[in-house]
Amino acid sequence: MKLLQQSMDPNQKRAKAVDRVDSVDTGVASFDSTRMCPFPDEVLERVLSLIDSHKDRSSVSLVCKDWYNAERWSRRHVFIGNCYSVSPEIVAARFPRIRSVTLKGKPRFSDFNLVPEYWGADVHPWLSVFATAYPFLEELRLKRMAVSDESLEFLATNFQGFKALSLLSCDGFSTDGLKAIATHCKNLTELDIHENGMDDLGGHWLNCFPESLTTLQVLNFASLNSEVSFESLEKLISRNKSLRVLKVNRNISLDQLQKLLLQAPQLSELGTGTFMQELISCPITDLKTTFSNCKNLVTISGLWDATSLYLPVIYPACVNLTFLNLSYATLRSGELSNLLQHCKSLRRLWLLDTVGDKGLEAVGAHCPLLEELRVFPADPFDQEVFLGVTESGFVSVSEGCPKLRYVLYFCRQMTNAAVATIARNCPDFTHFRLCIMNPGQPDYLTKQPMDEAFGSIVKTCPNLQRLAVSGQLTDRTFEYIGKYSKKLETLSVAFAGSSDLGMEYVLGGCPKLRKLEIRDCPFGNGALLSGLTKYESMRSLWMSACNVTMNGCKVLAKERPRLNVEVMKDEGGDGSEAHKVYVYRTVAGPRRDAPPFVLTL
Amino acid sequence: MDLINFEATELRLGLPGTIDDLPETKPAQNYPVNTNKRSSSEMDSSITDENDSSRSPPPSKAQVVGWPPVRSYRKNVLQVSKTKSEVGSGIYVKVSMDGAPYLRKVDLKVYKNYGELTKGLQEMFKCIIGLYSEREGYKSEHAPTYEDKDGDWMLVGDVPWDMFLTSCRRIRIMRGCEVMES
Repeated sequence: MKLLQQSMDPNQKRAKAVDRVDSVDTGVASFDSTRMCPFPDEVLERVLSLIDSHKDRSSVSLVCKDWYNAERWSRRHVFIGNCYSVSPEIVAARFPRIRSVTLKGKPRFSDFNLVPEYWGADVHPWLSVFATAYPFLEELRLKRMAVSDESLEFLATNFQGFKALSLLSCDGFSTDGLKAIATHCKNLTELDIHENGMDDLGGHWLNCFPESLTTLQVLNFASLNSEVSFESLEKLISRNKSLRVLKVNRNISLDQLQKLLLQAPQLSELGTGTFMQELISCPITDLKTTFSNCKNLVTISGLWDATSLYLPVIYPACVNLTFLNLSYATLRSGELSNLLQHCKSLRRLWLLDTVGDKGLEAVGAHCPLLEELRVFPADPFDQEVFLGVTESGFVSVSEGCPKLRYVLYFCRQMTNAAVATIARNCPDFTHFRLCIMNPGQPDYLTKQPMDEAFGSIVKTCPNLQRLAVSGQLTDRTFEYIGKYSKKLETLSVAFAGSSDLGMEYVLGGCPKLRKLEIRDCPFGNGALLSGLTKYESMRSLWMSACNVTMNGCKVLAKERPRLNVEVMKDEGGDGSEAHKVYVYRTVAGPRRDAPPFVLTL
Repeated sequence: MDLINFEATELRLGLPGTIDDLPETKPAQNYPVNTNKRSSSEMDSSITDENDSSRSPPPSKAQVVGWPPVRSYRKNVLQVSKTKSEVGSGIYVKVSMDGAPYLRKVDLKVYKNYGELTKGLQEMFKCIIGLYSEREGYKSEHAPTYEDKDGDWMLVGDVPWDMFLTSCRRIRIMRGCEVMES
């Protein structure tokens, strides 16, 4: 039985698959069904239950009716990349036995405040349906969803076996909601609270974990700012021996960290608290020994305020580290260099640009296995103070780290030649996100647009999956992208392009494109409509501050009823411009919960 | 430029001690978002000028909402860090020199090693301390000493720098005959 090789949009194709199966069934039914599925359902379900990837499962479900059914009964985890592409009722009807849900809501640009408050993506309607359909739900992972304290309480009290909650970039809740989770979820294994827009009303939520809780494996409260009771935390850690991920917040001192690590040497991922303390009661050698006793540590993050004073205590643990997140530590090049000499196994490294080009030279020199590098700006809005990193640092890394696949790089100057060199050195790029922080800035040496830079990336890196472009770019950049990047799935564009052609090139090429987000570009209705036949094969399109008008959007909406074409109304303007446009495929029809400023055309 | 829009754009430099910028508040409260149209259209007009390939750079970043694309959480956190380091989580110790009319204070965190510290002290007090040797200490007229956690007066330079940073309570630059006698 040959499985379909390509992943297809299950929602779009489902109707077709059913059509196809129906036409087969009008033949000799029993013979056909035997021929198509020689196994009893239970066996097939058992086999299919071993398939985890949701893309594979989509493919499986398209083979035939029997496989569709077996797949839907055996699926335990559902991934919904856009909460408005489907409704909770549809999900519940198709998949009766879900234990784990991943749900993503707002468009990504909401992270940068481009989506107004109260836009939507409320998790509550989902929870209401799940309470009936999946009372045994165990895991919920939410990204960019609106989550209220009431929803968290509802979650905690309606799902008896609930185990794992992960909230990333969500907003609308407070520590009161966390109290509910801690209080009621008797089998909690994971509480992962990560960079949300939440109200931190105090650290009392930690005290709500019952003494009987011993199943915790993951606890991440690094992004919460209020002090928690150290006594409660220490007791919690000491009785949860399966804990493998612990990320504390900045208020936890080095002395306290020492005590926690003594209780939990089994940790594989550690997020420290502050790494600076004026008067430390235990000798530094004790801390160092404690770290060397954590034999399973592969990830370290936190390291707030770390300097060369205390950084050496982690050196014994560095030899096994695969991921080091220094993006909250304002290290300089010397401190970084000393640290990295101990980190030969590093695969992933996140930094602040305070390390400078010199620090990046150290990366290239000491981390030959590096696959992922992210360099964040310490001072995104003040270029007077500190230059940060330049093209030279990036080139140094590329020379020493040929296995680089994923780069996110914020800088204030770049050249086409440097990027060409980088591409040559690292042809395995899958994710290339370059942010030249001054919008529309050209190659600072030649004064030319940065077209050739991104051209060299797409020409040299056949596996490119995600691309974010910046700097002064003409339509040529997009011509290159459309022509060469066959595997591109996500493209982010800002302050770039010269005409509609730019966007047309991309929509006309890039066969695997799924997510396209554009802001402040001169693309108009012509460009928008050139993608008429493409948008249903994509997850979504975002266009803001471009030249699209309401009329253009209306045409798109009319031609493609299976897309939701949403325009966010703006205060100013005469109403004919469409300042923020969000287009996405859906089987759920137009939103029923849209706020007044969201127009569905 | 529209003042309301300016406040609404998140790209202001936080002043030290600005409570508003602490990360525990929801980003939406800090940054009312129904904005940016005016500023973006400013950006637009500079970009749609296609004929001019060497066009003048767009208006400064301060006018653009959501750019550079750094998440609110990270921006807030770094603002707090910056504030903290400005206010000083440094290691400030008093420095006295025999014969000097008043004491000074130095932030030991600013120095990476003994050499830098000595240089700094020399400049501050206009004296010559010179080089340290394990056997003979300092050959010059001035010797830097420090009071450690136990209250003992030690010669600067004997212990590793990092250990010195944690144990140094105050510094005294001893002068002349007292040094020679010891």
